[in-house]
Amino acid sequence: MKYVDEFRDPDKAKKLLKEIDRLCSEITLPEDRPIQIMEVCGGHTHSIFRYGLKQLLPNNLEFVHGPGCPVCVLPRSVVDNCMRIAEHDDVIFTTFGDAMRVPGSDKSLLDVKAEGADIRMVYSPLDALTIAQKNPDKRVVFFGLGFETTMPSTALSILQAKKQGINNFYLFSNHITIIPTIKAVLDSPGMRIDGFLGPGHVSLVIGNRPYDFIADNYHKPLVVSGFEPLDILQSVWMILKQLKNSEAKIENQYKRLVDDNGNANALSPIAEVFELREFFEWRGLGSINNSGVKINDNYADFDAEIEFKLKEVTVVDPDVCQCGEVLKGILKPWQCKVFGKECTPETPLGALMVSTEGACSAQYSYGQNIDLINAK
Amino acid sequence: MCLGIPAQIKEIVDVDNQIAMVDLSGVSREVNIACVLDDTYQSDDLINKWVLVHVGFALSVVDEDEAHKTLKILDEIGELSATMDDLG
Repeated sequence: MKYVDEFRDPDKAKKLLKEIDRLCSEITLPEDRPIQIMEVCGGHTHSIFRYGLKQLLPNNLEFVHGPGCPVCVLPRSVVDNCMRIAEHDDVIFTTFGDAMRVPGSDKSLLDVKAEGADIRMVYSPLDALTIAQKNPDKRVVFFGLGFETTMPSTALSILQAKKQGINNFYLFSNHITIIPTIKAVLDSPGMRIDGFLGPGHVSLVIGNRPYDFIADNYHKPLVVSGFEPLDILQSVWMILKQLKNSEAKIENQYKRLVDDNGNANALSPIAEVFELREFFEWRGLGSINNSGVKINDNYADFDAEIEFKLKEVTVVDPDVCQCGEVLKGILKPWQCKVFGKECTPETPLGALMVSTEGACSAQYSYGQNIDLINAK
Repeated sequence: MCLGIPAQIKEIVDVDNQIAMVDLSGVSREVNIACVLDDTYQSDDLINKWVLVHVGFALSVVDEDEAHKTLKILDEIGELSATMDDLG
Protein backbone atom coordinates (compact mmCIF):
# COMPACT_ATOMS: atom_id res chain seq x y z
CA MET A 1 0.00 0.00 0.00
CA LYS A 2 1.24 3.51 -0.81
CA TYR A 3 -1.49 5.36 1.04
CA VAL A 4 -2.43 7.48 -1.97
CA ASP A 5 -3.93 5.49 -4.88
CA GLU A 6 -6.03 3.31 -2.57
CA PHE A 7 -7.86 6.46 -1.51
CA ARG A 8 -8.61 7.49 -5.10
CA ASP A 9 -10.57 4.37 -6.15
CA PRO A 10 -13.42 5.50 -8.46
CA ASP A 11 -15.66 2.49 -7.68
CA LYS A 12 -15.57 3.19 -3.95
CA ALA A 13 -16.22 6.87 -4.71
CA LYS A 14 -19.32 6.02 -6.76
CA LYS A 15 -20.77 3.96 -3.92
CA LEU A 16 -20.03 6.70 -1.40
CA LEU A 17 -21.66 9.29 -3.67
CA LYS A 18 -24.80 7.19 -3.80
CA GLU A 19 -24.98 7.16 0.00
CA ILE A 20 -24.29 10.90 0.11
CA ASP A 21 -27.13 11.47 -2.39
CA ARG A 22 -29.46 9.40 -0.26
CA LEU A 23 -28.58 11.27 2.94
CA CYS A 24 -28.87 14.69 1.28
CA SER A 25 -32.37 13.84 0.05
CA GLU A 26 -33.36 12.97 3.62
CA ILE A 27 -32.07 16.20 5.20
CA THR A 28 -34.31 19.25 4.89
CA LEU A 29 -33.22 22.62 6.20
CA PRO A 30 -35.45 25.67 6.83
CA GLU A 31 -36.39 27.71 3.74
CA ASP A 32 -34.93 24.95 1.55
CA ARG A 33 -31.49 26.37 2.03
CA PRO A 34 -28.56 24.13 0.99
CA ILE A 35 -26.47 22.13 3.46
CA GLN A 36 -23.24 24.12 3.92
CA ILE A 37 -20.01 22.39 4.89
CA MET A 38 -16.92 24.52 5.49
CA GLU A 39 -13.56 23.00 4.67
CA VAL A 40 -11.26 24.90 7.00
CA CYS A 41 -8.03 23.87 5.27
CA GLY A 42 -6.77 25.18 1.94
CA GLY A 43 -5.47 21.70 1.13
CA HIS A 44 -9.05 20.47 1.15
CA THR A 45 -10.14 23.39 -1.03
CA HIS A 46 -7.49 22.40 -3.55
CA SER A 47 -8.52 18.71 -3.51
CA ILE A 48 -12.22 19.57 -3.87
CA PHE A 49 -11.54 21.60 -7.03
CA ARG A 50 -8.78 19.40 -8.42
CA TYR A 51 -10.86 16.22 -8.27
CA GLY A 52 -14.09 17.96 -9.27
CA LEU A 53 -15.82 16.71 -6.11
CA LYS A 54 -18.24 19.63 -6.07
CA GLN A 55 -19.72 18.64 -9.40
CA LEU A 56 -20.26 15.08 -8.16
CA LEU A 57 -22.23 16.10 -5.09
CA PRO A 58 -25.97 16.84 -4.91
CA ASN A 59 -27.16 20.40 -5.58
CA ASN A 60 -28.32 20.93 -2.02
CA LEU A 61 -24.80 20.43 -0.64
CA GLU A 62 -22.34 23.34 -0.81
CA PHE A 63 -18.74 23.73 0.25
CA VAL A 64 -17.80 27.02 1.90
CA HIS A 65 -14.07 27.58 1.50
CA GLY A 66 -12.67 28.52 4.89
CA PRO A 67 -9.75 30.66 6.06
CA GLY A 68 -7.18 27.85 6.21
CA CYS A 69 -4.72 29.00 3.57
CA PRO A 70 -1.95 30.80 5.50
CA VAL A 71 -0.60 32.50 2.38
CA CYS A 72 -4.06 33.82 1.51
CA VAL A 73 -4.62 35.52 4.85
CA LEU A 74 -1.19 37.22 4.97
CA PRO A 75 -1.72 40.95 5.38
CA ARG A 76 0.03 43.33 2.98
CA SER A 77 1.95 44.87 5.87
CA VAL A 78 3.71 41.54 6.52
CA VAL A 79 4.78 41.27 2.89
CA ASP A 80 6.06 44.87 3.12
CA ASN A 81 8.07 43.89 6.20
CA CYS A 82 9.58 40.93 4.32
CA MET A 83 10.84 43.40 1.73
CA ARG A 84 12.26 45.70 4.40
CA ILE A 85 14.31 42.73 5.60
CA ALA A 86 15.26 41.47 2.13
CA GLU A 87 16.50 44.88 0.98
CA HIS A 88 19.53 44.74 3.33
CA ASP A 89 22.71 43.96 1.38
CA ASP A 90 23.88 41.39 3.91
CA VAL A 91 20.59 39.44 3.98
CA ILE A 92 19.59 36.23 2.25
CA PHE A 93 15.83 36.02 2.57
CA THR A 94 14.40 32.50 2.32
CA THR A 95 10.77 31.50 1.90
CA PHE A 96 8.43 28.76 0.75
CA GLY A 97 7.57 29.33 -2.91
CA ASP A 98 3.89 30.00 -2.09
CA ALA A 99 4.70 33.41 -0.61
CA MET A 100 6.67 34.79 -3.57
CA ARG A 101 3.77 36.30 -5.49
CA VAL A 102 1.66 37.58 -2.59
CA PRO A 103 1.12 41.29 -3.26
CA GLY A 104 2.38 43.79 -0.68
CA SER A 105 1.48 47.48 -0.86
CA ASP A 106 3.35 47.98 -4.14
CA LYS A 107 5.32 44.87 -4.96
CA SER A 108 5.68 41.16 -4.31
CA LEU A 109 8.82 39.31 -3.18
CA LEU A 110 9.21 38.13 -6.76
CA ASP A 111 9.40 41.78 -7.92
CA VAL A 112 12.01 42.61 -5.29
CA LYS A 113 14.02 39.52 -6.25
CA ALA A 114 13.95 40.68 -9.89
CA GLU A 115 15.35 44.02 -8.70
CA GLY A 116 18.33 42.23 -7.22
CA ALA A 117 17.48 41.27 -3.64
CA ASP A 118 18.83 37.86 -2.60
CA ILE A 119 15.56 36.00 -2.11
CA ARG A 120 15.61 32.22 -2.32
CA MET A 121 12.81 29.69 -2.40
CA VAL A 122 13.41 26.72 -0.12
CA TYR A 123 11.56 23.47 0.47
CA SER A 124 12.23 23.32 4.20
CA PRO A 125 13.40 25.69 6.97
CA LEU A 126 16.31 23.26 7.38
CA ASP A 127 17.45 24.26 3.88
CA ALA A 128 17.54 27.86 5.12
CA LEU A 129 19.64 26.72 8.08
CA THR A 130 22.10 25.06 5.69
CA ILE A 131 22.33 28.33 3.70
CA ALA A 132 23.11 30.13 6.98
CA GLN A 133 25.89 27.64 7.75
CA LYS A 134 27.43 28.09 4.31
CA ASN A 135 27.21 31.91 4.42
CA PRO A 136 28.52 32.98 7.84
CA ASP A 137 29.00 36.60 6.70
CA LYS A 138 25.31 36.95 5.76
CA ARG A 139 22.18 37.18 7.87
CA VAL A 140 19.80 34.44 6.70
CA VAL A 141 16.12 34.97 7.42
CA PHE A 142 13.40 32.35 7.03
CA PHE A 143 9.83 33.52 6.53
CA GLY A 144 7.84 31.25 8.87
CA LEU A 145 4.29 30.70 7.68
CA GLY A 146 1.53 28.26 8.34
CA PHE A 147 -0.65 26.71 10.98
CA GLU A 148 0.38 24.11 13.57
CA THR A 149 1.41 21.71 10.78
CA THR A 150 4.40 23.88 9.92
CA MET A 151 5.25 25.20 13.40
CA PRO A 152 7.20 22.10 14.55
CA SER A 153 9.54 22.47 11.54
CA THR A 154 10.45 26.10 12.26
CA ALA A 155 10.66 25.52 16.02
CA LEU A 156 12.97 22.53 15.52
CA SER A 157 15.09 24.55 13.06
CA ILE A 158 15.62 27.22 15.72
CA LEU A 159 16.49 24.56 18.30
CA GLN A 160 18.92 23.04 15.79
CA ALA A 161 20.49 26.48 15.13
CA LYS A 162 20.97 26.96 18.87
CA LYS A 163 22.44 23.47 19.30
CA GLN A 164 24.92 24.03 16.45
CA GLY A 165 25.76 27.59 17.49
CA ILE A 166 24.54 29.10 14.20
CA ASN A 167 24.09 32.78 15.05
CA ASN A 168 23.25 34.23 11.63
CA PHE A 169 19.86 32.49 11.30
CA TYR A 170 16.61 34.35 12.01
CA LEU A 171 12.92 33.48 11.79
CA PHE A 172 10.28 36.01 10.77
CA SER A 173 7.38 34.24 12.44
CA ASN A 174 3.94 34.74 10.96
CA HIS A 175 2.53 31.45 12.09
CA ILE A 176 -1.15 31.33 12.97
CA THR A 177 -3.17 28.98 15.13
CA ILE A 178 -6.29 27.17 14.01
CA ILE A 179 -8.61 27.25 17.03
CA PRO A 180 -9.12 31.05 17.38
CA THR A 181 -9.60 31.12 13.61
CA ILE A 182 -12.43 28.60 13.63
CA LYS A 183 -13.93 30.40 16.62
CA ALA A 184 -13.85 33.70 14.69
CA VAL A 185 -15.72 32.02 11.83
CA LEU A 186 -18.29 30.56 14.23
CA ASP A 187 -18.81 33.95 15.90
CA SER A 188 -19.12 35.97 12.69
CA PRO A 189 -22.55 37.50 12.11
CA GLY A 190 -24.79 35.60 9.69
CA MET A 191 -22.77 32.40 10.13
CA ARG A 192 -24.77 29.41 8.89
CA ILE A 193 -22.27 26.62 8.43
CA ASP A 194 -23.85 23.22 9.17
CA GLY A 195 -20.64 21.26 9.67
CA PHE A 196 -16.88 21.34 9.28
CA LEU A 197 -14.28 19.28 7.48
CA GLY A 198 -11.45 19.41 10.02
CA PRO A 199 -7.85 20.02 8.88
CA GLY A 200 -6.09 16.64 8.80
CA HIS A 201 -2.49 17.73 9.00
CA VAL A 202 -2.98 20.40 11.66
CA SER A 203 -4.79 17.73 13.66
CA LEU A 204 -1.98 15.21 13.52
CA VAL A 205 -0.01 17.78 15.52
CA ILE A 206 -2.69 19.13 17.89
CA GLY A 207 -5.03 16.10 18.06
CA ASN A 208 -8.83 16.20 18.07
CA ARG A 209 -9.62 17.35 21.59
CA PRO A 210 -9.10 21.10 20.89
CA TYR A 211 -12.18 20.96 18.62
CA ASP A 212 -14.53 19.73 21.37
CA PHE A 213 -15.93 23.24 21.92
CA ILE A 214 -17.36 23.23 18.39
CA ALA A 215 -19.63 20.31 19.26
CA ASP A 216 -20.20 21.26 22.91
CA ASN A 217 -20.81 25.02 22.59
CA TYR A 218 -21.80 25.56 18.96
CA HIS A 219 -23.49 22.18 18.34
CA LYS A 220 -21.85 21.68 14.96
CA PRO A 221 -20.28 18.45 13.69
CA LEU A 222 -16.62 18.38 12.69
CA VAL A 223 -14.90 15.47 10.97
CA VAL A 224 -11.10 15.53 10.77
CA SER A 225 -10.38 14.50 7.19
CA GLY A 226 -7.58 13.29 4.96
CA PHE A 227 -6.91 14.90 1.58
CA GLU A 228 -7.54 12.20 -1.00
CA PRO A 229 -10.92 12.20 -2.78
CA LEU A 230 -12.23 9.18 -0.83
CA ASP A 231 -11.13 10.77 2.45
CA ILE A 232 -13.12 13.91 1.70
CA LEU A 233 -16.19 12.03 0.46
CA GLN A 234 -16.16 9.73 3.48
CA SER A 235 -15.88 12.74 5.80
CA VAL A 236 -18.79 14.46 4.05
CA TRP A 237 -20.80 11.26 4.47
CA MET A 238 -19.92 11.19 8.20
CA ILE A 239 -21.01 14.83 8.64
CA LEU A 240 -24.29 14.17 6.80
CA LYS A 241 -25.02 11.15 8.99
CA GLN A 242 -24.61 13.37 12.07
CA LEU A 243 -26.84 16.07 10.58
CA LYS A 244 -29.53 13.53 9.73
CA ASN A 245 -29.50 12.22 13.31
CA SER A 246 -29.33 15.78 14.76
CA GLU A 247 -25.95 15.00 16.33
CA ALA A 248 -22.90 17.21 16.82
CA LYS A 249 -19.74 15.22 17.44
CA ILE A 250 -16.04 15.52 16.71
CA GLU A 251 -15.08 12.51 14.60
CA ASN A 252 -11.85 11.37 12.99
CA GLN A 253 -11.84 10.01 9.44
CA TYR A 254 -8.03 10.29 9.17
CA LYS A 255 -7.18 7.71 11.83
CA ARG A 256 -4.29 6.33 9.79
CA LEU A 257 -2.37 9.51 10.67
CA VAL A 258 -4.21 11.45 13.36
CA ASP A 259 -4.14 10.37 16.99
CA ASP A 260 -6.81 11.88 19.26
CA ASN A 261 -4.06 13.30 21.45
CA GLY A 262 -1.92 14.69 18.63
CA ASN A 263 1.85 14.33 18.52
CA ALA A 264 3.63 15.29 21.76
CA ASN A 265 7.00 15.28 19.97
CA ALA A 266 5.74 17.93 17.56
CA LEU A 267 3.98 19.99 20.24
CA SER A 268 6.90 20.26 22.64
CA PRO A 269 9.25 22.26 20.35
CA ILE A 270 6.33 24.62 19.59
CA ALA A 271 5.79 25.21 23.31
CA GLU A 272 9.54 25.66 23.83
CA VAL A 273 10.11 28.31 21.16
CA PHE A 274 6.84 30.17 20.58
CA GLU A 275 4.22 32.19 22.43
CA LEU A 276 0.87 33.66 21.37
CA ARG A 277 0.56 37.21 20.11
CA GLU A 278 -2.27 39.13 21.68
CA PHE A 279 -3.37 40.55 18.32
CA PHE A 280 -2.76 39.41 14.77
CA GLU A 281 -4.12 41.04 11.65
CA TRP A 282 -5.52 38.77 8.92
CA ARG A 283 -6.08 39.81 5.35
CA GLY A 284 -9.80 40.12 4.75
CA LEU A 285 -10.79 39.08 8.27
CA GLY A 286 -9.28 41.83 10.44
CA SER A 287 -7.63 41.20 13.79
CA ILE A 288 -8.26 37.85 15.51
CA ASN A 289 -7.09 37.86 19.13
CA ASN A 290 -4.49 35.26 20.15
CA SER A 291 -4.36 33.81 16.64
CA GLY A 292 -0.75 34.71 15.83
CA VAL A 293 2.42 33.13 17.16
CA LYS A 294 5.79 34.77 17.83
CA ILE A 295 9.17 33.71 19.17
CA ASN A 296 9.38 33.91 22.97
CA ASP A 297 12.04 35.85 24.92
CA ASN A 298 14.25 32.79 25.46
CA TYR A 299 14.89 32.60 21.71
CA ALA A 300 14.87 36.35 21.00
CA ASP A 301 18.32 36.07 19.37
CA PHE A 302 16.67 34.25 16.46
CA ASP A 303 13.76 36.68 16.09
CA ALA A 304 13.89 38.69 12.84
CA GLU A 305 11.36 41.20 14.23
CA ILE A 306 13.87 42.20 16.91
CA GLU A 307 16.98 41.96 14.71
CA PHE A 308 15.45 44.18 12.00
CA LYS A 309 13.40 46.38 14.39
CA LEU A 310 10.18 45.76 12.47
CA LYS A 311 7.07 47.73 13.27
CA GLU A 312 3.51 46.53 12.93
CA VAL A 313 1.75 48.71 10.39
CA THR A 314 -1.74 48.13 9.08
CA VAL A 315 -2.12 48.39 5.31
CA VAL A 316 -5.64 48.25 3.93
CA ASP A 317 -6.50 46.10 0.92
CA PRO A 318 -7.54 47.81 -2.35
CA ASP A 319 -11.23 48.79 -2.37
CA VAL A 320 -12.05 46.44 -5.23
CA CYS A 321 -10.83 43.36 -3.30
CA GLN A 322 -13.57 41.20 -1.82
CA CYS A 323 -11.31 38.51 -0.35
CA GLY A 324 -12.85 38.98 3.10
CA GLU A 325 -16.37 38.24 1.90
CA VAL A 326 -15.16 35.17 0.00
CA LEU A 327 -13.22 33.95 3.05
CA LYS A 328 -16.31 34.19 5.22
CA GLY A 329 -18.39 32.34 2.64
CA ILE A 330 -20.66 35.34 1.93
CA LEU A 331 -19.53 35.55 -1.70
CA LYS A 332 -18.49 32.73 -4.01
CA PRO A 333 -15.11 33.41 -5.68
CA TRP A 334 -16.64 34.12 -9.11
CA GLN A 335 -19.06 36.62 -7.57
CA CYS A 336 -16.17 38.96 -6.69
CA LYS A 337 -16.11 42.05 -8.92
CA VAL A 338 -12.54 41.51 -10.14
CA PHE A 339 -12.44 37.67 -10.33
CA GLY A 340 -10.84 36.58 -13.60
CA LYS A 341 -10.68 40.18 -14.84
CA GLU A 342 -8.15 42.39 -13.03
CA CYS A 343 -7.39 39.54 -10.62
CA THR A 344 -5.94 36.30 -12.05
CA PRO A 345 -3.31 33.82 -10.80
CA GLU A 346 -0.72 35.55 -13.05
CA THR A 347 -1.48 39.02 -11.70
CA PRO A 348 -3.26 38.55 -8.37
CA LEU A 349 -4.81 41.55 -6.64
CA GLY A 350 -6.13 39.61 -3.69
CA ALA A 351 -4.34 36.87 -1.82
CA LEU A 352 -7.00 34.23 -2.51
CA MET A 353 -5.81 34.26 -6.13
CA VAL A 354 -2.15 33.75 -5.19
CA SER A 355 -1.78 30.33 -3.64
CA THR A 356 -3.00 27.20 -5.42
CA GLU A 357 -4.87 26.53 -2.17
CA GLY A 358 -6.71 29.84 -2.35
CA ALA A 359 -10.41 29.51 -3.14
CA CYS A 360 -10.17 31.93 -6.10
CA SER A 361 -7.05 30.42 -7.63
CA ALA A 362 -8.51 26.90 -7.34
CA GLN A 363 -11.79 28.05 -8.85
CA TYR A 364 -9.95 29.86 -11.68
CA SER A 365 -7.69 26.89 -12.45
CA TYR A 366 -10.12 24.01 -12.18
CA GLY A 367 -13.67 25.19 -12.51
CA GLN A 368 -14.07 28.85 -13.24
CA ASN A 369 -17.03 28.51 -15.55
CA ILE A 370 -19.06 25.78 -13.90
CA ASP A 371 -20.72 27.91 -11.25
CA LEU A 372 -21.31 30.70 -13.75
CA ILE A 373 -23.07 28.27 -16.08
CA ASN A 374 -25.11 26.81 -13.23
CA ALA A 375 -26.04 30.30 -12.04
CA LYS A 376 -27.50 31.25 -15.43
CA MET B 1 0.59 24.94 2.58
CA CYS B 2 -0.17 22.12 5.00
CA LEU B 3 0.47 19.68 2.17
CA GLY B 4 1.88 16.38 3.37
CA ILE B 5 3.08 13.45 1.32
CA PRO B 6 3.38 9.80 2.45
CA ALA B 7 6.94 8.52 2.09
CA GLN B 8 8.75 5.35 3.12
CA ILE B 9 11.80 5.51 5.38
CA LYS B 10 14.72 3.68 3.78
CA GLU B 11 17.74 4.46 5.93
CA ILE B 12 18.78 6.39 9.02
CA VAL B 13 21.62 8.61 7.80
CA ASP B 14 22.41 10.70 10.90
CA VAL B 15 21.34 9.42 14.32
CA ASP B 16 22.57 12.50 16.25
CA ASN B 17 20.72 15.00 14.09
CA GLN B 18 17.76 12.64 13.57
CA ILE B 19 17.93 12.53 9.77
CA ALA B 20 16.60 9.69 7.61
CA MET B 21 16.54 9.05 3.86
CA VAL B 22 13.03 8.49 2.50
CA ASP B 23 11.57 7.42 -0.80
CA LEU B 24 9.12 10.17 -1.65
CA SER B 25 7.16 9.11 -4.75
CA GLY B 26 10.35 7.72 -6.29
CA VAL B 27 12.59 10.61 -5.19
CA SER B 28 15.16 10.06 -2.44
CA ARG B 29 15.30 12.86 0.10
CA GLU B 30 16.59 13.48 3.58
CA VAL B 31 13.96 14.25 6.20
CA ASN B 32 14.13 15.12 9.88
CA ILE B 33 12.54 12.42 12.05
CA ALA B 34 12.58 14.17 15.46
CA CYS B 35 8.76 14.23 15.62
CA VAL B 36 8.31 10.49 15.06
CA LEU B 37 10.91 9.13 17.47
CA ASP B 38 9.43 8.02 20.78
CA ASP B 39 9.13 5.01 23.06
CA THR B 40 7.38 3.04 20.32
CA TYR B 41 9.80 3.93 17.54
CA GLN B 42 13.57 4.16 18.02
CA SER B 43 15.36 5.16 14.84
CA ASP B 44 16.00 1.64 13.49
CA ASP B 45 12.37 0.62 14.08
CA LEU B 46 11.37 3.25 11.54
CA ILE B 47 13.03 1.60 8.56
CA ASN B 48 10.41 0.64 5.94
CA LYS B 49 7.71 2.50 7.88
CA TRP B 50 5.57 5.00 6.03
CA VAL B 51 5.50 8.54 7.41
CA LEU B 52 3.78 11.77 6.44
CA VAL B 53 6.36 14.31 5.27
CA HIS B 54 5.74 18.05 5.51
CA VAL B 55 8.44 20.62 4.58
CA GLY B 56 11.25 18.15 5.21
CA PHE B 57 9.95 16.78 8.51
CA ALA B 58 8.26 13.44 9.18
CA LEU B 59 5.26 14.41 11.30
CA SER B 60 3.47 11.12 11.89
CA VAL B 61 3.90 7.39 11.25
CA VAL B 62 1.14 5.89 9.11
CA ASP B 63 -0.95 3.42 11.14
CA GLU B 64 -1.31 0.59 8.65
CA ASP B 65 -4.12 -1.14 10.58
CA GLU B 66 -6.18 2.05 10.62
CA ALA B 67 -5.63 2.56 6.89
CA HIS B 68 -6.98 -0.95 6.24
CA LYS B 69 -9.92 -0.34 8.59
CA THR B 70 -10.86 2.85 6.73
CA LEU B 71 -10.78 1.03 3.38
CA LYS B 72 -12.89 -1.77 4.87
CA ILE B 73 -15.50 0.73 6.07
CA LEU B 74 -15.60 2.14 2.53
CA ASP B 75 -16.21 -1.36 1.14
CA GLU B 76 -19.00 -1.89 3.65
CA ILE B 77 -20.66 1.39 2.70
CA GLY B 78 -20.72 0.06 -0.88
CA GLU B 79 -22.28 -3.22 0.21
CA LEU B 80 -24.91 -1.39 2.27
CA SER B 81 -25.74 0.74 -0.74
CA ALA B 82 -26.16 -2.35 -2.96
CA THR B 83 -28.41 -4.05 -0.38
CA MET B 84 -30.62 -0.97 -0.10
CA ASP B 85 -30.96 -0.97 -3.91
CA ASP B 86 -31.96 -4.66 -3.89
CA LEU B 87 -34.61 -3.93 -1.31
CA GLY B 88 -35.85 -1.29 -3.71
